Amino acid sequence: MKYSYFPGCTLKYKAKELDICARESAKALGCELEEIEEWQCCGGVYTMQKDELATKLASVRALMEAAQKGQALVTVCSACHHVLKRVNLMMREGGPECDRINNYMNNEIPYRGEAKVIHYLEFLRDEVGFDKIKEAVEKAQTARKAKDQEDPADGTAQKVKTEPVKDVKTAPYYGCLLLRPSAQMAFDDPENPSIMEDFIEAIGGKPVYYPYRNECCGAYTSIKNKDHALRLSWEIKDSAAGFGAEKIITACPLCMYNLKQEKEIEIPVIYFTRILADALGLEI
Amino acid sequence: MSSNIETINIIKEISGVNPLRCMKCGKCTASCMAYDEMDIKPHQFVSYIERGDLESLMLSESLYKCLGCFACVERCPRNVQPGKLIDAVRQTVIRQRGAEGMTTEEIRQLITQEVPQQLLVSAFRRNRR
Repeated sequence: MKYSYFPGCTLKYKAKELDICARESAKALGCELEEIEEWQCCGGVYTMQKDELATKLASVRALMEAAQKGQALVTVCSACHHVLKRVNLMMREGGPECDRINNYMNNEIPYRGEAKVIHYLEFLRDEVGFDKIKEAVEKAQTARKAKDQEDPADGTAQKVKTEPVKDVKTAPYYGCLLLRPSAQMAFDDPENPSIMEDFIEAIGGKPVYYPYRNECCGAYTSIKNKDHALRLSWEIKDSAAGFGAEKIITACPLCMYNLKQEKEIEIPVIYFTRILADALGLEI
Repeated sequence: MSSNIETINIIKEISGVNPLRCMKCGKCTASCMAYDEMDIKPHQFVSYIERGDLESLMLSESLYKCLGCFACVERCPRNVQPGKLIDAVRQTVIRQRGAEGMTTEEIRQLITQEVPQQLLVSAFRRNRR
């Protein structure tokens, strides 16, 4: 099945891994992510003011293209997902803001939020299904083992040991933008989410539950107020480490940056699409 | 003062916040990951607007300390959602006076090899027109 895909600015440059692993994993699971033509940056921040319209136009264009193709629009980056989903809801609610945008864009057929915006995690859970992912991962593991047995000179023992995801204590870091405000995002329980934990279980890892998984990493303030962002990131990593995490996964390039800037606690932070690709045995 | 009242009404309108609903429970500030960096705390934003002291808010450092994480928006039991108010005041400052948080040059100088595009884009949007 085909889906529209909005990669966003960072996935094209600093977070290429997040992008490539998402596309290749989708392919391995029998789905195609078709990149929207001529998409523009979502702006990174949803402007909450009712009368702030120009900053929402780029998102409306992307949404319209997906709607015209009749495809669900998949996003991977937390910020893109947040912005696109909320702009879409604003258009769906109608009202004078929606009319002004349609008039400004000179749309022959007014756009009323017909697109369906889903995050890659929702795509995995609702479109592919975690049970199907579990099957695919187990198949990849069996294939890996069979390959090792065929060629024992190839360091079998070591290869099996380095099974990349299985039984690894993995701490999901949600951050803020995927979950909040829950009335609009409708992504998961904002205080006790489970989609990432279920994802980790589906690919054979061991989810770690820790209290700071939905607190903010410092976001954009790390550019000017670095010490504060470092402190927040330290609290998150300390919380995860305290519950025995061996790895932290995230969907957001900015969370990734902030958590990685904090160097006191040595715990690897990786993209969730990376562990998916690893579990599926994809060589990326 | 009259222009102040006008601006406050605009802020209430564009943010959708009704400060009179606030029951002063302080949950917003208790939830805020940046409260200790702020000169005026999230719950105080509501009171300042209520009593018409816009100038203090427009000069507040808190406008650029708010992380935009929606913790106060999510957790407000009275649907006041102070984060929306902070953001609307910040937007008002940008609209009236141009940027005050950071200049383009300042942001440019802080770019390193590792800084992701997302950080620059959001920093620009938070600090500038």
